[in-house]
Amino acid sequence: MEQQPAQPGVAAGGPTGTAAGPQPAPRPARKRESWLERLQNSHNGLGLVFMLPTGVLLLLFLSYPLGLGVWLGFTDAKIGRSGVFVGLENYIFLAGDSVAQLALFNTMFYTIVASILKFMLGLWLALLLNRSVRNTTFLRAVVLLPWIVPTALSAIAFWWIYDAQFSIISWVLTELGFIDRYVDFLGDPWNARFSTIAANVWRGIPFVAISLLAGLQTISPALYEAAAIDGATPWQRFWHITLPLLTPIIAVVMTFSVLFTFTDFQLIYVLTRGGPLNATHLMATLSFQRAISGGALGEGAALAIAMVPFLLAAILFSYFGLQRRAWQQGGDK
Amino acid sequence: MEKESSRRTLLKAGSALGAGGLLGVPVAQAQNKPVWNNKPEKDAKLRVLRWSRFVQGDIDAYMANVKKFTEKTGIEVRVDNEGWEDVRPKAAVAANVGSGPDIVLSTNDDANMYPDKLLVVNDLCEYLGAKYGGWYPSVEAYLRPDGKNWIGVGLGSAGAMMVYRGSQVKAAGFDSFPKDTAGFLKMMKALKEKGTPGGMALGNATGDSGWTHWMIWAFGGQLVDKNNKVVIDSPETIKALEFGRELYGTFVPGTLSWLDPNNNKAFLDDQVSVTNNGISIYYAAKNSKDPKIKAMAEDIQHAAFPIGPVGVPTEYHLFFNQMIFKYTKYPKAAKEFLRFMMEEEQFGDWLKGGGGYVSQPLKYYEKNSIWTSDPKHMPYRDATKNLRPAGYAGKLGYASAGALSDFIVANMVAEAISGSKSPKEAAERAQKRAERYYKV
Repeated sequence: MEQQPAQPGVAAGGPTGTAAGPQPAPRPARKRESWLERLQNSHNGLGLVFMLPTGVLLLLFLSYPLGLGVWLGFTDAKIGRSGVFVGLENYIFLAGDSVAQLALFNTMFYTIVASILKFMLGLWLALLLNRSVRNTTFLRAVVLLPWIVPTALSAIAFWWIYDAQFSIISWVLTELGFIDRYVDFLGDPWNARFSTIAANVWRGIPFVAISLLAGLQTISPALYEAAAIDGATPWQRFWHITLPLLTPIIAVVMTFSVLFTFTDFQLIYVLTRGGPLNATHLMATLSFQRAISGGALGEGAALAIAMVPFLLAAILFSYFGLQRRAWQQGGDK
Repeated sequence: MEKESSRRTLLKAGSALGAGGLLGVPVAQAQNKPVWNNKPEKDAKLRVLRWSRFVQGDIDAYMANVKKFTEKTGIEVRVDNEGWEDVRPKAAVAANVGSGPDIVLSTNDDANMYPDKLLVVNDLCEYLGAKYGGWYPSVEAYLRPDGKNWIGVGLGSAGAMMVYRGSQVKAAGFDSFPKDTAGFLKMMKALKEKGTPGGMALGNATGDSGWTHWMIWAFGGQLVDKNNKVVIDSPETIKALEFGRELYGTFVPGTLSWLDPNNNKAFLDDQVSVTNNGISIYYAAKNSKDPKIKAMAEDIQHAAFPIGPVGVPTEYHLFFNQMIFKYTKYPKAAKEFLRFMMEEEQFGDWLKGGGGYVSQPLKYYEKNSIWTSDPKHMPYRDATKNLRPAGYAGKLGYASAGALSDFIVANMVAEAISGSKSPKEAAERAQKRAERYYKV
């Protein structure tokens, strides 16, 4: 990270006008200054150059596919056949499609319930981990495990856990004499919804917990000490110190959590493929089913694009959540 | 062109002669010996994308044949394997962008989704048809959709048959597997009473939910008629669904969540006495290192799907295409490759390697020893012969592929027979969903 050779071009090109100052003969130097040199001396120009690789990456791998998706959503493209513009036909079609409606309901239900659970359990875990206990580092590493395991793998584990014939939960409950027949975790629509949510929560808690823990550690202990001297109860300390100061982090963490949950695919694809009776089809899985397996690219793209407004809403929520930082730090707003 | 058509007529006459003979008898070789003239391009190289891997023996035998082809012709062939459901998007992208593998081995209606991107292989199919006793009607339905041009070469199909435990069926009072739907229901009820129930997948299982099509067809229901008009909401369908309700009552719990692997697991764990599956359950049991499961292989039996009130077999199996893309630089080499692979010396070995997993597309191969080497293979022999495409009785293409992959029929059956909807409601919903694909 040495800074010295950062301007090799300048060195090679001779003294620059600015560096030379009021010395004689600045004009020839200025004349020799090529566009490259000017660029190197320009704050904005250099900034642009440095941003260029990222810009190209974003444009190529983010904006272009997104734009293409939006366009496809307005066409009747099929796999293997580029379509023609059909306006809002796909969206009108989807609005009247009972499976798409069900998928929207499922997605909202899945996201809301899973996010609330992840937040509450994650915050609780973070508060526990924030206490000075032994082996803190080890515990934190352990907590992260579900997050590290590839989703497809943990989903397969859950697939066995929920299996209609081999479920370990059912087996234990049967052995203990609580039930006399195996629980149909994935075969009953509501059971399947809650089972997939439980698997998602299990996987998502570490992200919330560790991020919130980081936030908790930025809160100065002095505030708690002051509150304790004033006779605040633990609940009051949590409510009046921890929660307000944690809000910006919560906003960011929960936005990400909602985004991940809303766009979940792997878990459902491995566990149920959207079944039973489409009770666990999320918009992402249905979009894949329609576009790739079914070949209706246009319709699948429209379904995927229909998720964007919801995702935007989540991002806006985070944006406005973040605004609160100013007053929390004693600013104007 | 004229020359071509006269040759075709000649070949047709030859195959008709052959087909006129007994089924399964070597045919058409004596009278009109089909001639094959094709000179592959110089320095040709081929890329083949194929589905895999249900049984290892299939891949081994296939690759041995590929090696033989390269040795014989000097044409280098690269074979890429993909899971069968991943071949569809890849092949479609290849069709779309006009570059990729020269040959793709795909499934079901893939060839019907982009027929204009595929090389017409009339000469090859007519040659093979004439030489090997003719193609089964299902192969023509898939690959000769307009009755004139062949857009691919049939490879066969992976049969899904009734797989059952002989001893348990016997204990329930049945000496042999029932041949009709009424007897089948009776047997399933008896099995349930004996505490050895059967079960078939009702989740979004791409392969094993195929039995739902069988059930609807067995009672005369169908998704669309010959003109692609959606007719699933019919009295015949309702009858089938009512039958299904009774059948569902005999199933082991949990079948609504079953995906493709579930019935295999449950069957091999002795929890299910009857299910529908490829030969893979038997194959797994026979080759198992676990003595308990190996012993079970003895007891595993196979049977064709029972025949319903319509009186003819109404089976659904996974169909396999071999497509050559028009963009290939070496169309002649590609045809040569497919011809070589379909000739008896190679195809016969490949059928054997598959252990009965694939049923042939050409009648002649009914006499392949794989079907007799183990009597338990026999029911799988006629899979392609009795197969109906999922888009029966209409034309195949985007609509049929879309309706199948959206599980319209499978969902309808699951809704109706599990009692979450009445048969009528489920049929109406399926009708509406299907109409969206077959835009009215």
